Amino acid sequence: MSGSPGGVNRLGQGIEAMQSPTTASTPGRPRSFARLIWWFVFIAGVVYFILPLLGTFVFSMRAIPTFSAYTDIMGDPLFFSSLAYSFTVGIITIIVSIALMVPTAFWVRLRMPRARPIVEFITLLPFVVPPIVLVFGLISTYSHPPLPFTYTDIGSSALLVAGYVILSFPYMYRAVDTGLRSMDIQALTEASQSLGAGWLRTLATIILPNLRVALLSGAFLTLAIVVGEFTMANFLARPAFAPYLSNLSSSAPYQQAAVALVSFGLTWIAMGFIAILGRGSRTRVTVTGAR
Amino acid sequence: MAFLELAGIQKMFGDVAAVLDFNLATEKGEFVSFLGPSGCGKTTTLRMIAGFEKPTAGTIVVNGTDVTWKSPNQRNIGMVFQSYALFPNMTVAGNIGFGLKVRKRPKTEIDRRVGELLELIHLEGRGDRYPWQLSGGQQQRIALARALAIEPQVLLLDEPLSALDAKIRIVLRKEIRSIQRQLGITTVYVTHDQEEALSLSDRVVVMSEGRIEQIGTPSEIYNFPSTAFVASFVGTLNLVNAGVIDAGSGRLSIDGQEVRTSKAVTDAGSDGRVTLAVRPEGISLGDGEPGSNRLRGSMEDINFLGSIVRIRIRLSDGLDGQPPTVVALDTFNEPHLALPAVGESVTISFPPEASFVLGAARDGAMASAEVGAEV
Repeated sequence: MSGSPGGVNRLGQGIEAMQSPTTASTPGRPRSFARLIWWFVFIAGVVYFILPLLGTFVFSMRAIPTFSAYTDIMGDPLFFSSLAYSFTVGIITIIVSIALMVPTAFWVRLRMPRARPIVEFITLLPFVVPPIVLVFGLISTYSHPPLPFTYTDIGSSALLVAGYVILSFPYMYRAVDTGLRSMDIQALTEASQSLGAGWLRTLATIILPNLRVALLSGAFLTLAIVVGEFTMANFLARPAFAPYLSNLSSSAPYQQAAVALVSFGLTWIAMGFIAILGRGSRTRVTVTGAR
Repeated sequence: MAFLELAGIQKMFGDVAAVLDFNLATEKGEFVSFLGPSGCGKTTTLRMIAGFEKPTAGTIVVNGTDVTWKSPNQRNIGMVFQSYALFPNMTVAGNIGFGLKVRKRPKTEIDRRVGELLELIHLEGRGDRYPWQLSGGQQQRIALARALAIEPQVLLLDEPLSALDAKIRIVLRKEIRSIQRQLGITTVYVTHDQEEALSLSDRVVVMSEGRIEQIGTPSEIYNFPSTAFVASFVGTLNLVNAGVIDAGSGRLSIDGQEVRTSKAVTDAGSDGRVTLAVRPEGISLGDGEPGSNRLRGSMEDINFLGSIVRIRIRLSDGLDGQPPTVVALDTFNEPHLALPAVGESVTISFPPEASFVLGAARDGAMASAEVGAEV
């Protein structure tokens, strides 16, 4: 069987050989035109992305002295505490979402495919029910005995996390579902079970590690939503970053612009950190053959 | 007592019967194949043995223990999947050692066992590779080693070679059989490929529409098919309508030419006609041995199929709007093979034992037909 890898290599060379003449035979003019279009789209995208940031930066520099907006916010303990609070809530939300969504999507895909439209509909509800309705529902239900969550800070924060978990439904479910679709979970689960593993072990050691990329994309979106969410945090009176930013706008507009830029940078750093954590996953889920 | 016993197994999916009245007793170390077309219930039966499907009725006993209602992870039955189902996040060693890790075996024991199995499948030194870094054939051998690592009571293989190319398939099936013999493990193999089933198995279970058609050794299945389905599904077969002259002595008439079968005819139709079956390789050109059946006809056409040559002989032009009676015979392809020209008169012969009656004659379209897979 030592010839098998050789066979694969020859096949690979064959594919290259088939592709290269096509590439070489592409006429020069259409190719350079396509490249021009590509550059135009790229530059338009960069301008669309950079221009607002640049405008915000220029505005923040109007403060006198020039960098005072930045030095002011660096000296404001509320800036760091609100950001830390939002990131903490974000991370807890991601963990709860994963714990809820992975088993659900796994079970629906494996054992209850007919329930998929119902679950998809439920996960789309946050697009239909606005956060203001959701938060008032939470407050009216959990602000009196027997479930007086809003009586304590921890309780209110738990309500906030619960609300954010619901807001993250569409993003997290779809990310997990897409990840599950890319592998033959039935065969992997059955292989794991035939080797003696139970459901929990199969989920933890086979399914979850192979969902790493999908979970990362869900986590990115959830973190971005949580850090920027205002309505629920404000009505639950939580010291989150968005209410802090809102309060700042009326009293210190330059500082607000600086905060927006710094928080933007910090969010990107956090996402980069999550991406680094997700590196090293060399999982390529390719299951061949007919079923 | 049988090592693996399936008694009265039935599986219904709603109103649809996937498996009906399946009974099989397998000895320890036996290699049994389930052979049949798609949708015949062979994979469903295998999945019931593995525990992935629960039977609607019947019992599954392994080594004296009723495992019918046990979950898959409590059965100690290894399974190799058509799609390999290797865990992509684990290395080759991680995959092979997974079952032992689940069983909380010491690391030294796991490492030793993984090394042994890598040697068994001739992939020494590949333990740190990931599945996607290996070819399809290598991946399937890893899947086999993974299933064997837990020292299962029964090994199940669900069309393990069907995703591989022809050459690797042949090499790998020899390896599977060799490893199975070496370890003496009771094995159930599902395939729709008759060549695979016949070449690998101690016994073959031929299935159709959820039912067992025949259980027998490869030789019994091929040479003495008990039903028309088995006869037509396994190998290539000439089916010729014949009139019964004397049922007790097995004398028949094919378009006015008399032939004999080795057994008495018991199942002729109301019109006194039967379907006679003869394998192409059972027929020879020429008069043959004394006592052989002889038929006169003319050369219809000649097909070279590599090592064999298939010759079609027209026995009659067909009467009353019936299609002509044509039979095929196979002969080895030799460099100096001299064959009569197309249209030339020839005599063909076959011993009475080479033919068997497959019940009452079918309709006109089946007056003569060559059915089954190409050999």
